[in-house]
Amino acid sequence: MQTQDIQSPWKHVMQAGLLGGTIGVLLSLVGMVTAFSQRFIISGLFTMGQVIFLAPILLMAYFAIRRVSPQTNQRVISMGLLAGFAGGVALAILLIIGRLVNLQAMFINASAALYRILAFGQEFVPGLLILLVVSTVMGGLAGVIFILPQRLRTAIIQGLVWVTLVGLLRDLIVTVTTRWGPLAGLFRALFASSGLTLIGAVIVFALITAIYYWRAGQPAGRISLFDFRASSNKTPLIRWLTIGAIIVILLLLPPILGLFFSNILNVVMMYMLMGLGLNIVVGFAGLLDLGYVAFFAIGAYTMGVLTSPELNANPMTYWQALPFAVIVCVVAGVILGLPVLKMRGDYLAIVTLGFGEIVRLLALSDWLRPWLGGSQGIQLIAQPSLGNQILNTQQELYYLFLIGVGIVAFIAWRLRDSRVGRTWMALREDEDVAVAMGINHVTTKLMAFATGALFSGIAGTIFAAQLQSVYPHSMNFLVSINVLSLIIIGGMGSIPGVFVGALVLMGLPELLREFAEFRYLVYGALLMAMMLIRPEGLWPEARRRLELHESIEPTAAVHPESGVATEQTGT
Amino acid sequence: MGVLVARQVTKRFGGLQALNKIDLDVKENSIYSVIGPNGAGKTTFFNCVTGFYTPEEGEILLDGKNITGLSPDRVTQMGISRTYQNIRLFKNMTSVENILVGMHPHLKSGLIGGILRNRATVQEETEAFEEARRLLRFVGLRGQGDMMASSLPYGAQRRLEIARALASKPKLLLLDEPTAGMNPSETQEMVHFIRRLRDELGITVLLIEHQMRVVMTISDKISVLDFGEKIAEGTAADIQNNPHVIEAYLGRGAASGLGKSETQPSAAD
Amino acid sequence: MLRTWRQRITLTDVVIWIIGLAIAAMVVFGSIKTIALGKYDTATWINLTITGLALGGVYALIALGYTLVYGILRMINFAHSEVFMSGPFTAVFAADALNAAGLWNTNPILSLLIVILVSAGVSSSIALLLERIAYRPLRNAPRLVPLITAIGASFFLQYAFRGFFGSSLKGYPEMSIFQGFWTIAGIRIFRTQATVIIGAFILMLIIYAIVQRTKIGKAMRSVSEDKEAAALMGINVDRTIATTFALGGAAAGMAGILYLLLFPVAHFYMGFFPGLKAFTSAVLGGIGNVPGAFLGAMVLGLLESVGPSLFLDGLGIPAAYQLKDAIAFTILVFILIFRPSGILGERLTQTKV
Repeated sequence: MQTQDIQSPWKHVMQAGLLGGTIGVLLSLVGMVTAFSQRFIISGLFTMGQVIFLAPILLMAYFAIRRVSPQTNQRVISMGLLAGFAGGVALAILLIIGRLVNLQAMFINASAALYRILAFGQEFVPGLLILLVVSTVMGGLAGVIFILPQRLRTAIIQGLVWVTLVGLLRDLIVTVTTRWGPLAGLFRALFASSGLTLIGAVIVFALITAIYYWRAGQPAGRISLFDFRASSNKTPLIRWLTIGAIIVILLLLPPILGLFFSNILNVVMMYMLMGLGLNIVVGFAGLLDLGYVAFFAIGAYTMGVLTSPELNANPMTYWQALPFAVIVCVVAGVILGLPVLKMRGDYLAIVTLGFGEIVRLLALSDWLRPWLGGSQGIQLIAQPSLGNQILNTQQELYYLFLIGVGIVAFIAWRLRDSRVGRTWMALREDEDVAVAMGINHVTTKLMAFATGALFSGIAGTIFAAQLQSVYPHSMNFLVSINVLSLIIIGGMGSIPGVFVGALVLMGLPELLREFAEFRYLVYGALLMAMMLIRPEGLWPEARRRLELHESIEPTAAVHPESGVATEQTGT
Repeated sequence: MGVLVARQVTKRFGGLQALNKIDLDVKENSIYSVIGPNGAGKTTFFNCVTGFYTPEEGEILLDGKNITGLSPDRVTQMGISRTYQNIRLFKNMTSVENILVGMHPHLKSGLIGGILRNRATVQEETEAFEEARRLLRFVGLRGQGDMMASSLPYGAQRRLEIARALASKPKLLLLDEPTAGMNPSETQEMVHFIRRLRDELGITVLLIEHQMRVVMTISDKISVLDFGEKIAEGTAADIQNNPHVIEAYLGRGAASGLGKSETQPSAAD
Repeated sequence: MLRTWRQRITLTDVVIWIIGLAIAAMVVFGSIKTIALGKYDTATWINLTITGLALGGVYALIALGYTLVYGILRMINFAHSEVFMSGPFTAVFAADALNAAGLWNTNPILSLLIVILVSAGVSSSIALLLERIAYRPLRNAPRLVPLITAIGASFFLQYAFRGFFGSSLKGYPEMSIFQGFWTIAGIRIFRTQATVIIGAFILMLIIYAIVQRTKIGKAMRSVSEDKEAAALMGINVDRTIATTFALGGAAAGMAGILYLLLFPVAHFYMGFFPGLKAFTSAVLGGIGNVPGAFLGAMVLGLLESVGPSLFLDGLGIPAAYQLKDAIAFTILVFILIFRPSGILGERLTQTKV
């Protein structure tokens, strides 16, 4: 555990508050505050924009207080207030400077609109005061939350988080529940045109807090709905029922979600497909492939080249071309894997990045235009058909994605617990020793690349069919980064992590359009934060959590009999 | 001729002579120790045997077959297994999984089998798991199969590494400082355990060790290396009284009659 | 020796060698064809060569950051391309301010000095921040972790700059003393190009001198060799590492100023390609090696500039200039496959058992 800071706790807390405020300033200058200020969490009261510049102060104050504990309750609250005030000062400085100097010449977001938001809509002087007061209150709130008993504290934190989430996802929730007849009216009552109504917020808060409070009191540890392991203490009947229910919901999602959200869902599914593939390459085998988009492109382009009448006298149908695309991708996986067999870590990453770029440049070039369409890409790509029905709506294509994800997830799951999976993991853990044990590193690595390429290629073919066209511009490095981010943040090597990662990282920016601007900013920050704080990801495989965490934090106590670890949150 | 024969093995790293014409003859079903001061070349010798390094001169024979310069995986397939000085387990895998990887050369299921879980694959996996658990019991880690390797205590990790090495059913087991970092009672257990390897499993053990008590107690034969050269070979009694050995370890002045109390086996062993 | 060689060669090695030789053959063939056809006159070749050298100069300075950090931490500072980018960005703002104040063209030396100091300062600070926040806590983590952090940092910085300053292209004001060209021995060299080449060379010499001659340079070299031993000798490892980052960052910032002479535009994404090419240069010359970085960068710059016309054109590829980036990436792949230690090869040994 970190040693107690030698400096005075007051100083520490104040610095933390100042840091929180500075983060708020940076988020404002980057434009996140203005972008989100139209979206209400609680209609008429809090916008997401305000949350963005106030939350860092709250969080920093909370962590600082935790760091310097134990302290008396009065002290805690005073420290919180101090931290909040310091944070407010940082923001205030921005306002003051902004008034004196034309910051906007350099920082394009330092606009009058921003200042108004920071001043809570008031004139300069009263706004400044209100800002300081609100920040201070935030700090104090952190203190208050801290001194609550553990059970209540967790419950309230969850309550706050859920209120924010529900407020943000208002559009999604309202759209989904519109068709629920009488229930629809109930849900509608909770929301305003943007965000929750005050009453709605109170209800959600109370509900969530109550649920978590009750749950924390349960003796048998966490009752998780999603624990499918054979060792979990649920009867097979309940397990199968849960799985069955999930399958039914999955099948019915497009009609439930409506057209707009089905589109988003398709994007998420596509990234799930790719994520599952990269998860094998990076997560299982430990090969950091930054050029993953190359296989996506190869799959998409193969489909394009074979099925488009632009390039082909006798274009194939989607289903006819699919096996070819699959084979080409697997071969590509082997070819791109061959040169990098001897490389490790950093070099492997850069070389694969190079490959990805080479593929893109070739697809873009005039040289290969007669075959690949150059910068115009390829149009009129065939769409899959079942009998007479052409699958060309988003909702129909969803099922194609669903089957794809299902097959691929199944393969990944099976491989993880097989000899091949172990071979990959051994190679990742310690290549020299693995090779000494008789593992052929050539075939093992090539298998990983080929499998990853296959999954990505399949995603590419469906993508091509969905848009009926491919453009080289969409096959860029950012796609690789998207996939990499989602598997790292979801949990490296974790299959459920891929689903979570895809949903959160690919779904949210689509749901909250304001996010799109800041997407990679957030990805970058999350990647850094994850590696520093929680390298095993948001939803790691149950066992991996145990050790990656340990190498950076103190050891968990281990129960000799059951082999189950109980983590100590200790000093 | 013994299980392992090394003839005039020489290894150079640029200007540094790490091993100079080393001869070794390890009899079957015996425990053979290689000792010497730090930097004498013991681990380098191990690396030559297992194929990590290729000696510049000389040859190494396993049961008469020349294995000099073979790649490590081939050497493993021929029946040699090893543990490492600084424990190189697969940290983020469970104990059972570590052992299963050790069994790799003996298992056959591949990509397709893994996905389809056909009858042959399932059977192979079940048997493999059984065997792995049996090995765990043998090394005294009963019930710890699903523990992450990195969460095991130090002594258990050493034993797991040995279990993993045993999984490939070796003829010859190379143990690199198996008692490093252990307290006397753990060391005692390890000594008994190594004897069991020889007696119950019929494995030949080649051992690098620093703890003289261990070496003198269990070794059938000992070789002493110093600066890459073999300076002595023989039984425990031979080695203890050998002035060259004492000099190598303790310096020139000590050769005159000291050292005995240091290296005599105690009554408790 | 021969017997081990034979035993260790595998099928994959053979395949790769065949592909490599094939590509090399195509390059030679294309070059011969172009020269035989005489498509381009000498003036054009000289032009391209000078451009290549200028580019090389810029890459060399950026490569310093990569090579020094790799030498000392054995990791690729993926975010160095953004450290580079911060230089020109700052320079544009500073230059605009100076221009508005009327100093830009009337006091060129002073203006340049200010711009250089400010840019190098900013890029250096960003490098230091990176080291402190993102890399230092992870020094003992498994290799994948700092690499991913670096990637995250790279994107974070890119989009932070985009968020703060917008995604439009920012123009760099022209400076009158750099307009026009000089004629040396009948060859026309643009003043900008000449400045870049000379400037890069001088700066490299300075930095080389720092690394080789000064106390802090010695500290850097010893920490690269053996961190623990250096610490035992009383060297403050943390401070040395920080200095390395700062030095590399400053070099990148100055590279940015030179870059602006060639391409007077700043943009948040501008670091990506130069960064990769600079890294390629560092590897090409021999990673961890300052003269190597310079050599590699020059070679890369030349190949990138002259290459498309020289061999791609000869092979009948239309619009060959489109593939000039591909040349750089191909070189990267080639070097890492066939000679990872680079031209002036410093063998950073792999620790095995």
